[in-house]
Amino acid sequence: MADLHLPGTLAPLFTDLPRHIDVEAATVGEAIDRLEAQWPGLRDRLCEPGPLLRRHIHVYVDQERATLETPLEARSRVDVIAAISGG
Amino acid sequence: MPRTVLVVGTRKGCFLLESDQDRRDWSVRGPFCENWPVYHAIHDAGTGAIYAAAASEWLGSAVWRSPDLGETWALSSEGLAYDADSGRKVSKVSTLAVKNGRVLVGVEAPGIFESRDDGATWSLLTTLAGQPGSEMWDDPANQPPGHLGISALMFDDEADSRFWAIVQGIGLFETTDDSASWTPRNRGLRADWPRPHEEVGFCVHKLVRSPADGARMYQQNHVGMHRSDDTGQSWVEITEGLPTEFGFAAAAHPHDRDTFYVIPLDPGHGRCMPDGEAAVWRTRDAGESWQRLDRGLPQQDAFVGVLREGLAIDSYDVPGLYFGTSTGQVFASVNEGESWSEIASYLPSISSVEVAVVD
Repeated sequence: MADLHLPGTLAPLFTDLPRHIDVEAATVGEAIDRLEAQWPGLRDRLCEPGPLLRRHIHVYVDQERATLETPLEARSRVDVIAAISGG
Repeated sequence: MPRTVLVVGTRKGCFLLESDQDRRDWSVRGPFCENWPVYHAIHDAGTGAIYAAAASEWLGSAVWRSPDLGETWALSSEGLAYDADSGRKVSKVSTLAVKNGRVLVGVEAPGIFESRDDGATWSLLTTLAGQPGSEMWDDPANQPPGHLGISALMFDDEADSRFWAIVQGIGLFETTDDSASWTPRNRGLRADWPRPHEEVGFCVHKLVRSPADGARMYQQNHVGMHRSDDTGQSWVEITEGLPTEFGFAAAAHPHDRDTFYVIPLDPGHGRCMPDGEAAVWRTRDAGESWQRLDRGLPQQDAFVGVLREGLAIDSYDVPGLYFGTSTGQVFASVNEGESWSEIASYLPSISSVEVAVVD
């Protein structure tokens, strides 16, 4: 199970969405699919059509910058970051 | 007793300002929409719902909806995207219109999406493909945010299949068959730049229609104020007497076809009220002459701007006017603009103001 950490701006948009969640998934994209199944609409917040990660959504797997295709290990830590932008 | 509700879209969320029918004392609720930048927020008189077109830097574009005047909110962007292989991208949801349970949202890159289920899901209605000028807005080089979106939509009061759309920097278009076909409606407008097409290439900032006479329209253009007496089929310029030809916001009197309000701004990069003196301008004779309305408005160092949707007028017998500024003030008049008072002072930068009278 990957240990997934979500940005604070996401939680208020979805009922009972936690900041930290364990997800069984082989890739980052699959992990987002798992979240989408439980919280419909969540993928749209993180991804553009393609799908691609949104420009200012950065994902790190074990502290390395990742894409949707990046594989996850059983104990991977996944950080989803809303990058510094705007004002 | 009726309540008067201002729906205010700001750079940091949506706010509601509420008063009674006297419109003297106001309370502020908000921010709503999780502080997302709101570009346009409207009230659906049919259902009582509020819709807010918002675009987060991080989390993308969506339309928020509140069915209960701000008590609860939900957002959706399901279907509010172009196909990945189209080369087009929804960088911003700019404008909303609602009628008889149908919601339209105009986006950039230019396109109109619709929802028939109260904003829960969306589908692409049109990109105005094939219209003169569409080669410009379909050019990927013109896709960055801030370029060539649908900046305004307006339903016809009667025919559901008739509405108007403004394509930023291109012009005004009308459909009478629910977007199966479109007609440019820019005849008589002025442009101070080269145009590759005869019918388009005009910078229409704001379109309003007289509730008292549907044939009467007004528009604030990048270059000048204009009036139409034939539902937009032709336009005449009525700028003379205004301090500048540039501005965004405009409002038509609910009961008098000849009375119309506008907020002239300095053109160029400033886009503030001229000379730091705030004023709304009114015509009572369809643009033959203009009166400056500034009693109660700041007359020194007031470098404020008002955007396209920033001026609203209510439907009372003696209508009230409201405008929101780029620096977060809301000013109100309950006597058709003769005098003004500041009813909110420290909101975020304001994108839109709409007024609703609700029971």
